[in-house]
Amino acid sequence: MVALFQSQENIVGEVVIEPIHGKKVEHNGVKIELLGQIELYFDRGNFYDFTSLVRELDIPGELYERKTYPFEFSTVEMPYESYNGVNVRLRYILKVTISRNFVSNIVECQDFVVRNYTPPPSINNSIKMEVGIEDCLHIEFEYSKSKYHLKDVIIGKIYFLLVRIKLKNMELEIRRRESTGSGPNTYVETETLAKFELMDGAAVRGESIPIRLFLSPYELTPTYRNINNKFSVKYYLNLVLVDEEDRRYFKQQEITMYRLLEAS
Amino acid sequence: MLNGAEDEEKWLAEGIAGIQHNAFYMHRALDSSNLKEVLKYSAQMLSELRTSKLSPHKYYELYMRAFDELRKLEMFFKDESKHGVSVVDLYELVQHAGNILPRLYLLCTVGSVYIKSKEAPAKEVLKDLVEMCRGVQHPIHGLFLRSYLAQISRDKLPDIGSEYEGDADTLKDAVEFVLQNFTEMNKLWVRMQHQGPGRVREKQEKERSELRDLVGKNLHVLSQIEGVDLEIYKETVLPRVLEQIVNCKDDLAQYYLMDCIIQVFPDEYHLQTLETLLGACPQLQPTVDIKTVLSQLMDRLSNYAQSSADVLPEILQVEAFAKLSNAIGKVIEAQVDMPAVGAITLYVSLLTFTLRVHPDRLDYVDQVLGACVKKLSNIPKLEDSRAIKQVVALLSAPLEKYNDIVTALTLSNYPLVMDHLDNGTKKVMAMVIIQSIMKNNTRISTSDKVEVLFELIKGLIKDMDGADVDELDEEDFKDEQNSVAGLIHMLYNDEPEEMLKIICTVKKHTMAGGPKRLPFTVPSLVFSALRLVRQLQGQEGDIVGEEVPATPKKIYQLLTQVIEALSTVPSPELALRLYLQCAEAANDCDVEHVAYEFFTQAFVLYEEEIADSKAQVTAIHLIIGTLQRMNVFGVENRDTLTHKATGYSARLLKKADQCRAVYACSHLFWVDGQDGIKDGERVFLCLKRALRIANAAQQMANVARGSSGPVTLFVEILNKYVYFFEKGSQQVTGAAIQGLIELINTEMQSDSATPDTASDAFLASTLRYIEFQKQKGGLMGEKFESINL
Repeated sequence: MVALFQSQENIVGEVVIEPIHGKKVEHNGVKIELLGQIELYFDRGNFYDFTSLVRELDIPGELYERKTYPFEFSTVEMPYESYNGVNVRLRYILKVTISRNFVSNIVECQDFVVRNYTPPPSINNSIKMEVGIEDCLHIEFEYSKSKYHLKDVIIGKIYFLLVRIKLKNMELEIRRRESTGSGPNTYVETETLAKFELMDGAAVRGESIPIRLFLSPYELTPTYRNINNKFSVKYYLNLVLVDEEDRRYFKQQEITMYRLLEAS
Repeated sequence: MLNGAEDEEKWLAEGIAGIQHNAFYMHRALDSSNLKEVLKYSAQMLSELRTSKLSPHKYYELYMRAFDELRKLEMFFKDESKHGVSVVDLYELVQHAGNILPRLYLLCTVGSVYIKSKEAPAKEVLKDLVEMCRGVQHPIHGLFLRSYLAQISRDKLPDIGSEYEGDADTLKDAVEFVLQNFTEMNKLWVRMQHQGPGRVREKQEKERSELRDLVGKNLHVLSQIEGVDLEIYKETVLPRVLEQIVNCKDDLAQYYLMDCIIQVFPDEYHLQTLETLLGACPQLQPTVDIKTVLSQLMDRLSNYAQSSADVLPEILQVEAFAKLSNAIGKVIEAQVDMPAVGAITLYVSLLTFTLRVHPDRLDYVDQVLGACVKKLSNIPKLEDSRAIKQVVALLSAPLEKYNDIVTALTLSNYPLVMDHLDNGTKKVMAMVIIQSIMKNNTRISTSDKVEVLFELIKGLIKDMDGADVDELDEEDFKDEQNSVAGLIHMLYNDEPEEMLKIICTVKKHTMAGGPKRLPFTVPSLVFSALRLVRQLQGQEGDIVGEEVPATPKKIYQLLTQVIEALSTVPSPELALRLYLQCAEAANDCDVEHVAYEFFTQAFVLYEEEIADSKAQVTAIHLIIGTLQRMNVFGVENRDTLTHKATGYSARLLKKADQCRAVYACSHLFWVDGQDGIKDGERVFLCLKRALRIANAAQQMANVARGSSGPVTLFVEILNKYVYFFEKGSQQVTGAAIQGLIELINTEMQSDSATPDTASDAFLASTLRYIEFQKQKGGLMGEKFESINL
């Protein structure tokens, strides 16, 4: 279990330090830091702090007994959400450091999670497109929205204008594309999070097939665009038609995911 | 290569095993109320239905297994206390399944619970379900899925009066749902046809037809919806269903569904929507068996017409006949390749309908026949035996209905239809007509009708062109001709003038019949004419002044011609009999010269044509018998004729025949009645002559065989003696009788006598009679006293 916060929240707490019974601890000061880090796995574990806040908890001295330090970070700006991807991790930590001379500092970290909610977008156009292979297959598909929240439902339909190939089935995939790095060092990782069969058998001309895909069962995150110039996470709907010889015909469309601020 | 059927068995077994396996885990999950597991295993179980390897028949087996399990699942879903999830959430939850087929089965199952819970209007849920099912486009999968949908929704339609009734449009929603499911199912069903290569087409067609009831079930459901009244049916249901039927352009589906409509909806609806229903027929594929469909419809309507008296006006009001007739015309026009049998069958059905519904409208009947003639005239030659059968049915129907050929004779197109039959069938039909007349004792009473009738049965009356005479079956021919002979007696009118016309018409036709037919038809014609003669005789005196066309004279001329025709056969025996009949009629009409003429003809025949001794014997007895009854002749004519007759008698070949003929001649001289000739002298002469011949016969037998024959002849002559003795002939005395008896006794006791029980008994009873007369007393007793036995 980890604590969950969102941007602009006050992060308030206390740090309790209790030396091992009967021993005194000499130190050069105690501080607590709030760090927002992006860790790129391929970069040999280097990470970048995009947020770093410090509170001094104690001046140098000695500790003889259990001592409690309250702390507070007020209205902390945490623009990015925690994310744990294939090649990248974005995390928030609270780091307590007891500085010491001659011996190594005592460091203790505590992760917490940040999620940021957004209100429903004011503009949310449908996705509508006609695609096809000349003289083989022409379809028109429509997704009612281009932006979905995480518990949303994708509603839409596929209209068959021309079918000259022997279709076996049709599915809708939700794909996540995580790209990290920049320039020549860009790493792209694509995962298929959902495979949802839309049609069994072959539709004929004039047929329209409904789409209704509930997103809640899948572990999705909001779309992240160019987070601190380090990474992006994008979502796509991939419509796949499979023919009897298992050839796949597909069309991919980006959708934007967001975390809905639920009006309570 | 593996055997296809074996493979299929294997796949089915695998599918069943898969269902059982997952059902086992599903049951466990059900028992422990573990919703997540339930959904997982039920979806896996239903995945078995995704197979494409099974034929419809085997797939059905698999489906039924899954179906049973789904019912358990539904029970579980219904009990919220077990899984703790509201039905609304459940409805979403099952849609998370990744594969569409299991997803939709589960959705339908929850949907059923959802409607029952009444948390959402039935129409919303149904609409959603029927819409979502579009995702399954695989024909067999889709058909069974939608059939499942139909099954679970049957008792949950928002019908009027149902507990799921919704707002004002509730009925529309219910109908719309079923119609949509029907349309989609039919599309899937039709699509099956277009799959796979041609060589397996036949098998596919068979498999397809196994599935038809899944589609038809929807129509049945529609007919069961309470709220579907005539108006809804007319405005919505029928047009929509027909639209689908016409548009699907598939002959199997079109035939089946048209039939389905006719069967499942009430007759009253059909009647009121006849135009729409029939309007669809010409639009169907040319290969559709419309004739059966329409026949069914007409059958139903005509049964309906007879179900109650209230119905008939309704039928008249909607002009059912005109509509049906019109539709049939259009169908035949549209289906150029329809074989003759199809078209004719349609006309038979229409005719049946007409006869049952409009028995009084002969014009309709004639109209149907006329339409049929038109169709037939486009066919060069009717050879299809089934088509011929139908034509016979077409022609027989009015006869059966009206029990009266006269009605049929007024139908101008009736003979035209018959013209299209081959000779053999024409005969069969002619027999049907004749039998109808005979059975119903129908009298044909005008010469015009007779003319038409003979035109109809001409196959029996004369040899047809091209008919193969050799192939005639003798028995059949006899039957046919006997029927014609019988028929002639049914042609009758009390009015002599018309009757003469009838006779002339019959004569005209029968004379053309040729030597084989004349012996059968001529006697009937003769007797028919003789009846008229006698009738005229009875009426004579009533007719005054005006020229009477029907005179006995004319008829006698006609008769002579008719009988003379027999000479071509030749059949002198028959002609002789007929001449005698004519003579007798002439006698009754008191025309001596005519009677004499007929006798002359008979004698000429006897002398010139009848050579066979047996035939002579028969003929001479007929002549004697007839002549005896004649009282028209003057002495001179009579003498001539009796002289001839006795002469012929004595010249017969066998002595016994001579003897019998001669003693029979005795009657020619003794006729009972006041004016009767009573010439005892010549009677006695005849008898004595007979006795002489008998003696001679006896002696000849003695010489030839060494034994005399039985005394039968003597006993016969004895009887004649007794007869004339009783009648009071002076010449036949008691002594003569006594003498004869003694003669007989002597004969019997002679050594050469052959004992014969029959003649012994004959003698004994003759003697007993004499004894009896003696005992009786009175005048007769006294008379017989003189005979001593």
